[in-house]
Amino acid sequence: MAGKVVTISSGKGGVGKTTATANLGISLASLGKKVVVIDADIGLRNLDVIMGLENRIVYDLVDIVEGRSKLRQSMIKHKKFEDLFLIPAAQTRDKMAVSPDDMVKLADELREDFDYILIDSPAGIERGFRNALEPADEVLIVTNPEVSAVRDADRITGLIEAAEKGPGRLIINRLKPDLVKKGEMLSSDDVYDILGLTIIGIIPEDELVLSASNSGIPVTLNLNSKAGTAFNNVARRLTGEDVPFMNLNGHSSILQRLVSFLDGI
Amino acid sequence: MTSLLNRLFGRAKRGSGATAKDRLHFVLQHDRINLPPERAEEMKKEILAVIVKYLAVDKDRVEIALEQRDRLHSKLVAEIPIVNETYKSENHRAQAAAAVSTPAESNGAGKVKESDADNASEDNAADDESKEPVLDTSEHDPPVDDGKR
Repeated sequence: MAGKVVTISSGKGGVGKTTATANLGISLASLGKKVVVIDADIGLRNLDVIMGLENRIVYDLVDIVEGRSKLRQSMIKHKKFEDLFLIPAAQTRDKMAVSPDDMVKLADELREDFDYILIDSPAGIERGFRNALEPADEVLIVTNPEVSAVRDADRITGLIEAAEKGPGRLIINRLKPDLVKKGEMLSSDDVYDILGLTIIGIIPEDELVLSASNSGIPVTLNLNSKAGTAFNNVARRLTGEDVPFMNLNGHSSILQRLVSFLDGI
Repeated sequence: MTSLLNRLFGRAKRGSGATAKDRLHFVLQHDRINLPPERAEEMKKEILAVIVKYLAVDKDRVEIALEQRDRLHSKLVAEIPIVNETYKSENHRAQAAAAVSTPAESNGAGKVKESDADNASEDNAADDESKEPVLDTSEHDPPVDDGKR
């Protein structure tokens, strides 16, 4: 098996990298793929809590890299999916404990057994990002439709291209269709115009994402969630499936329906 | 269609989303070439200072701008209109020459035929003695102008 290493990055913190990684992991696993997700944010471990696996951690990424634990015994199996595993970050060390070469070696070993190796990159452009980038076959860039997040996405895109890992594909997270309609938020088209990157997913703002992280059950598992469906679509696109983008407008009023009807003429 | 309806319902006003897009375009232009806006302004001034040493430039209409197709393709595009002092004085001279040969000719016609008139008058200069004094005075104009600047 020759697994694919997908790194999830953003530059800016707080745009939803970890949420995206957790949800893509779940979605890919539910599509029957063998998946391992790696938290590369050493010192600021978070992927474990988003996935609800925090109380099962024994070993971490640094233990594996430094040879204190075997790879197989260090991976934490997900409660619901047999073929979904987590390698948590070390909480008490810093990013210098792992090198880009260590990550390449680890990823190469994991490629043998898994279809997808998802790496949750830390924010920033320093060592932690380099660690996450080095083994990548593909990079997903998470951004929000907002000036500072898009600027940082552009910066990270340049670094990804310079490292010959590009072009990355873009996940626009936390889009608010109502605000876009009012002209008070950058639209996905605007973000595309500015960054020129292929968009692999548009995730609408969804209160259920917070509930999901509160309870440690990623939102993809909630069938009523639009964000969950959008993340599922990203996973399917990642596997090569051609999935149309969902309609985020949810025509509520008669007037809106009339407008879109007339638009179609 | 939507925009028409939006206008009908009074929603044509520019939202902050458009402002965000403009600001991003500006900031990324400078980020991508690693030249902050203030430095870019300095550079424009320096470029202009060099050109002004050699040419009379219409400073009010100078445009030096960054253009960017994408992250890897940027270019500096300059439009620097030159005030054609030579043209002005030649035109003046042509008019003077025209005034000698055909006093009735209008200004507009003189303008169009500026270079022809110039060549013609130079060719004629040797055999037509009467025009020479007129040409002499006008030919001294350009250096005087340069001196003022």
